[in-house]
Amino acid sequence: MGKLTIQELEKLREKAREQLKLRTTGETRGKIIVHMGTCGISAGARDVLSALLEAIEKKGIKDIIVTTSGCAGMCSREPMATVELAGQPPVKYVDLDKDKIVRILEEHVIGGKIVKEYALGIGSERVG
Amino acid sequence: MSEQLVVDEEKIQEILHRWETSPRFLVEILQDIQEEYHYLPREILIEVSRQLNVPLSRIYHIATFFKAFTLEPRGKHLINVCMGTACQVKGAPRIIDAVERELAIKPGETTKDRKFTLETVRCLGCCGLAPVVTVDGEVYGQVTPAKVSKILKKYD
Amino acid sequence: MPYRLNLMICTGTACVSNRAFDIIEALEKEIKKHNLDAEVAIVPTGCNGFCAQGPIVVVQPDGIFYQRLTTKDIPYLVEEHFLKGRPVQKFMYRPPERKEPIPVMSEIPFFKDQMLIALRNRGLINPENIDDYIARDGYKALAKVLTSMTPEQVIQEITASGLRGRGGGGFPTGIKWKYCRQAPGKEHYVICNADEGDPGAFMDRSIIEGDPHSVLEGMAIAAYAVGAKQGYIYVRMEYPLAVKRFKLAIQQARDYGLLGKDILGCGFDFDVEVRRGAGAFVCGESTALMASLEGKVGEPRAKYIHTVEAGLWMQPTVLNNVETLANVPVIILKGAKWFSSIGTGDVSENPWGGSTGTKVFSLAGKVNNTGLVEVPMGISLRDIVFKIGGGIPKGKKFKAVQTGGPSGGFIPESLLDLPVDFDALTEAGSMMGSGGMVVIDEDDCIVDMARYFIDFLKGESCGKCTPCREGLRAMSEILNRICEGKGQEDDIDKLEELGRTMVDCSLCALGGSAPNPVLSTLRYFREEYEEHIKQRKCRAGVCRALITFTIDPEKCTGCRVCAMQCPQQCISGEAKKPHRIDQSRCIKCGVCYDVCKFDAVIRK
Repeated sequence: MGKLTIQELEKLREKAREQLKLRTTGETRGKIIVHMGTCGISAGARDVLSALLEAIEKKGIKDIIVTTSGCAGMCSREPMATVELAGQPPVKYVDLDKDKIVRILEEHVIGGKIVKEYALGIGSERVG
Repeated sequence: MSEQLVVDEEKIQEILHRWETSPRFLVEILQDIQEEYHYLPREILIEVSRQLNVPLSRIYHIATFFKAFTLEPRGKHLINVCMGTACQVKGAPRIIDAVERELAIKPGETTKDRKFTLETVRCLGCCGLAPVVTVDGEVYGQVTPAKVSKILKKYD
Repeated sequence: MPYRLNLMICTGTACVSNRAFDIIEALEKEIKKHNLDAEVAIVPTGCNGFCAQGPIVVVQPDGIFYQRLTTKDIPYLVEEHFLKGRPVQKFMYRPPERKEPIPVMSEIPFFKDQMLIALRNRGLINPENIDDYIARDGYKALAKVLTSMTPEQVIQEITASGLRGRGGGGFPTGIKWKYCRQAPGKEHYVICNADEGDPGAFMDRSIIEGDPHSVLEGMAIAAYAVGAKQGYIYVRMEYPLAVKRFKLAIQQARDYGLLGKDILGCGFDFDVEVRRGAGAFVCGESTALMASLEGKVGEPRAKYIHTVEAGLWMQPTVLNNVETLANVPVIILKGAKWFSSIGTGDVSENPWGGSTGTKVFSLAGKVNNTGLVEVPMGISLRDIVFKIGGGIPKGKKFKAVQTGGPSGGFIPESLLDLPVDFDALTEAGSMMGSGGMVVIDEDDCIVDMARYFIDFLKGESCGKCTPCREGLRAMSEILNRICEGKGQEDDIDKLEELGRTMVDCSLCALGGSAPNPVLSTLRYFREEYEEHIKQRKCRAGVCRALITFTIDPEKCTGCRVCAMQCPQQCISGEAKKPHRIDQSRCIKCGVCYDVCKFDAVIRK
């Protein structure tokens, strides 16, 4: 895309907002965010991310987006990930490793049941 | 060490070009040289001085002022012990002691066999994992003195 | 003849798709095999509404409810229950465990009292994708100022919001911008100070890594306000990921025309360059940072003329911290009134009149929940340490919280109810600083902590002015001597005198605030210094010269773990019998204390 004008910026915002919001119908059913700040990476977020991507490829899952984000703030509980399924509040998972993220993928993302042992909480924080 | 360093002129040219061959980027230029050679070899600083038309003394002033630069060759593996406040509180000084005992070197020194260099850093910003040690960039969190020798063995 | 048992099998859509008919088939087969077909009936039913647990079989008359059956389960089920009469526990429905339900994020203590402005996008967006930022109102504030506000109005808005420098100085941002705009010069510059040097502080790193565009947008707005065309970001080299994300963000913003020439077609030009620091704490100081940007040694200069008038290349320069800049777009969008309603004091007349908005703190050290917290100004330290931080691990006793990095100070328990704002913390002998908060407990020695900071600063003093260079050296000598058990009677007086001289006579803020760790600990923990000097005692068991390690023969099980780990091999004793430490060879490394599982090693 070339340089934006004000109107184009607003148009792009609408489009991007739709993409950021989860579509309840259509091809995406949800997304998994792996928090990749320095603290998360030091605690092993990279391993978690690659295990997740590998599992998704192996299972041939097409309707879940995997994305990364910065520090989620609770460094003592890294690596962390957030699972957002369409129409449901996001769930934050903490103290993850390779096996745990695969279990979350299987039980929560595919099976629809939150993995309570690893979950920190549901919903989002208070934003300004 | 008597081994003569071969000055790779092309490499230096390339680094200088990256920074418009301008003295205002001296700090960045020295960082890129250090990334390449893991220290600042005198031969290369002389070359930089010539090309930038900056007195060698000024380059040395910068090279010795900033903590990131070292004028001594480093060992094969670089051990960094974080000395940030959180690490300090969680026992970083005792981690240093343990490395010193294990390798018989002090911070800033390199083992005789050129295998390890021990350095301290101020804060790596992962205070949640304190105390933190990195070896060649690999991060080890919540280290104890007893764990140090196990970590170092990995690099044997 | 009525059947002994009726198996009610749900054949609703969901259960059928869960292979209910296969179950029926398997059941018929097994029942016939055991000759039970005269006693047990199979009854297909409609949906019973518990679709998630299908396929479902309800055994009447007992009402036993089996769920999630597979054909493999059937032979066992038929034999055990229908033939032998023993209902099979493992196939039964269990209501969800009555364990703690998963809490709602906004009710988890760590998150409950937080309020996100600077960290508004944390964990929500992909920092490497500008569209994510735009979706969450990114660059909307920039568009607003470019189309509907004059630079003066922008400055007015930021001044009225009461936003003060988050890097530690607490100088009102709007006033800084105003002075810079008014200053004559060939060029004006905007610099983002991302040389987060305070050990124990990592909020800037987190903002850059998680939301780099919020800083870029803040910089562009600042540039518009002061009339700058070029900006610099000075990032410390210890943060390679932050450097990478900034560079990527700048490239994406340029591609969209949000940086560069004629931004958003509004005729405003501004571009940004990322520069790496090279590991010098003093470069967080404005003039040292600017010298370093010019390719010189990072030494501060006397500020007879402020950098807003003559900064980088001697031109008017605004230097703002990462967190300050990240706040700017939100203030523009939501208004000064909204921002100033958060926090303490009244800034409507005077921007120094209070501390408005939120502050991000990095919470670390001896606290259960370490991490990054953003709270409204005015919250008490107690709430941060105990409510959000979850208190001290292992039930230890809180000793102090260190705020403001090496130039800050220690705040004792008696002042924990202090509201967190710029002025209250300064009054208590510490400072807001960049927002590092390190909690220490009873196992930390206050003299040793002061020594740690002074040694740190001694290494970081640029050496240009005498009070800082020599004062720190002398202080370090005295503190080391006290920790080694060689303290002298008048050492405390000497420390105080040195401290006063440094505060009064140093060239820059590094030297001027360097004695804070010593002066604040002397103010609140004087008795610990006196104990070290007079009684040669370290109550926390930290100062090696003043402690000994012994083994409690009552508790020692003779497990040999300490003896095997002792680097001096000075622990002796037979297996399963109490061990002893040879004091003459002990180097007090404390390994035995760490590894003992029976708390048998005593540190005194």
